[in-house]
Amino acid sequence: MAKEYEVVIGLEVHVELATKTKIFCGCSTAFGGAPNTHTCPVCTGMPGSLPVLNKQVVEYAMAVGVATNCEITRHGKFDRKNYFYPDNPQNYQISQLYLPICRNGYVEIETENGTKKIGIHEIHMEEDAGKLIHDEWDDVSLVDYNRSGVPLIEIVSEPDMRSAEEVIAYLEKLRMLIQYLGASDCKLQEGSMRADVNLSLREKGTTEFGTRTEMKNLNSFTAITHAIKGEIERQSDLLEAGEKVVQETRRWDDTKGESYAMRSKEDAQDYRYFPDPDLIPIDISEEWLEKVKASQPEFRDAKKKRYAEEFGLPEYDIDQITSEKALADIFEATTAICNQPKKVSNWLMVETMRLLNAHEMDASDIKFSAKHLADLIGLVDQKIINQPVAKEIFEHMFTDDVDPVAYVEEHGLKQESDEGALKAVVEKVMADNPKSVADYRGGKEKAIGALVGQTMKAMGGKADPAVVTKLLKELL
Amino acid sequence: MDNASCRVLWEAICDNRKEPTMANVISDETIEYVGILAKLELDDAQKEQAKKDLAEMLDYIDELSELDTSAVEPMSHVHPTCNFFREDVVTNGDDRENILKNAPEEKEGAFVVPKTFD
Repeated sequence: MAKEYEVVIGLEVHVELATKTKIFCGCSTAFGGAPNTHTCPVCTGMPGSLPVLNKQVVEYAMAVGVATNCEITRHGKFDRKNYFYPDNPQNYQISQLYLPICRNGYVEIETENGTKKIGIHEIHMEEDAGKLIHDEWDDVSLVDYNRSGVPLIEIVSEPDMRSAEEVIAYLEKLRMLIQYLGASDCKLQEGSMRADVNLSLREKGTTEFGTRTEMKNLNSFTAITHAIKGEIERQSDLLEAGEKVVQETRRWDDTKGESYAMRSKEDAQDYRYFPDPDLIPIDISEEWLEKVKASQPEFRDAKKKRYAEEFGLPEYDIDQITSEKALADIFEATTAICNQPKKVSNWLMVETMRLLNAHEMDASDIKFSAKHLADLIGLVDQKIINQPVAKEIFEHMFTDDVDPVAYVEEHGLKQESDEGALKAVVEKVMADNPKSVADYRGGKEKAIGALVGQTMKAMGGKADPAVVTKLLKELL
Repeated sequence: MDNASCRVLWEAICDNRKEPTMANVISDETIEYVGILAKLELDDAQKEQAKKDLAEMLDYIDELSELDTSAVEPMSHVHPTCNFFREDVVTNGDDRENILKNAPEEKEGAFVVPKTFD
């Protein structure tokens, strides 16, 4: 009979920090530059160059540590992790082994069995490597060092997760905390958040850990879920067959739905860490730490609670509009102007989400201003425009942040609400559509819809549908 | 400590050094392993020389271990200073042309290296 196994998972999460410059030099971290246009002697590892630490990196790392209930290491330093690989021009990566900036924290996740704490072993600061591109033509590799020296934090969890669902909940929690802090945009697809999964199995009821494998190349929540399920199956098949799990690094191929053992970056995984003598130690004063603590923002959980109390929004709405910090920001700014939380929330959940998906954009790419969204809601409330026209204007706001008030003026989009002016049109529509009129009078109430539609059409969409309906009912 | 006093101290240490005792022996396996880590290909004569040099270095470290350091606070860094930071401001522009002068070979703005993959 098959044994029952328990899965044990720990994560190493790399997060690219949202600084303007690299961790040890004044090169830009901007995406999309031509190869090696954001490089200097420091980030290309030239002998004699000296790294100088970016203060913002320390502040972001501390802020993430505080948000994840960590102890902040008051006296810290950097170490060199030695390995040879062309993406690493110094032949060592500057990282923190002995005195990581944060230790012994936790975050809370919601599981089907209630709230669960996931321990954080440590968070350390380090530099990213360059990018290798394979050149088929000459059968060589090309190196772009634009990413070399981009600041990262690595968040190492305790092996506290027991399912793919818990892993996703943990990652989502981290993503929200860090995004709300403004420390990173945490986009898995673009690599600003990357997770390596350490997974092992043990027989249910036992306490000793089994042999674990590490899985890399997981760049979406779906890939992570697939990879975990695949690895649980692979390891339990091995154990069932009486074979052993080999401790190794495996690369997940999401298109094939399988993983394969990676060739190790070095024949021997011996990094010979030692303190980096080029970098000056970090001393974090009580005052500095207090300052970072005081500047912690309102996080998602607190916002959810407040939105329910203050605005009385449905849980579904709250979930949607707090799912990205950029959405919550624009919600708050717009509501502060127009005081119409439910209407603002509707525009964000329905039209904004639809257009973001259609344009394959993220909430952080939103261009329209809170003022303009508030103005648009005001135009509808004052019956100056109707909802379909508002949606049309919103599309222009979404792409070009047009001013809706000016746009309505320029394009003559004001709706006709005057009964006297609309009456003649309604009468003509009734005369032209005797069948619908007869249907309605014969008891088919739905027929009125066709007549409203015809009137709207005759008005070029610029009639107040409520007034049109009222007039039709009177005249019928 | 300034440079001059460092020099004096260093010379004093050198003068007081005992003759190597060769208490440490570096095995063939170790020198092979260290060679792999350092990406060095050593011939037999070089291996013998490296074994001897490394053994001497370890002997010297052993000599330092004789000192009573129980009352000395562990040092995490050589610099008697801390908190030397940069502000997060872009100060470097596009210097690719100069940077690529360090490349053994370049192509399409990138450093060319032997074919490498995970």
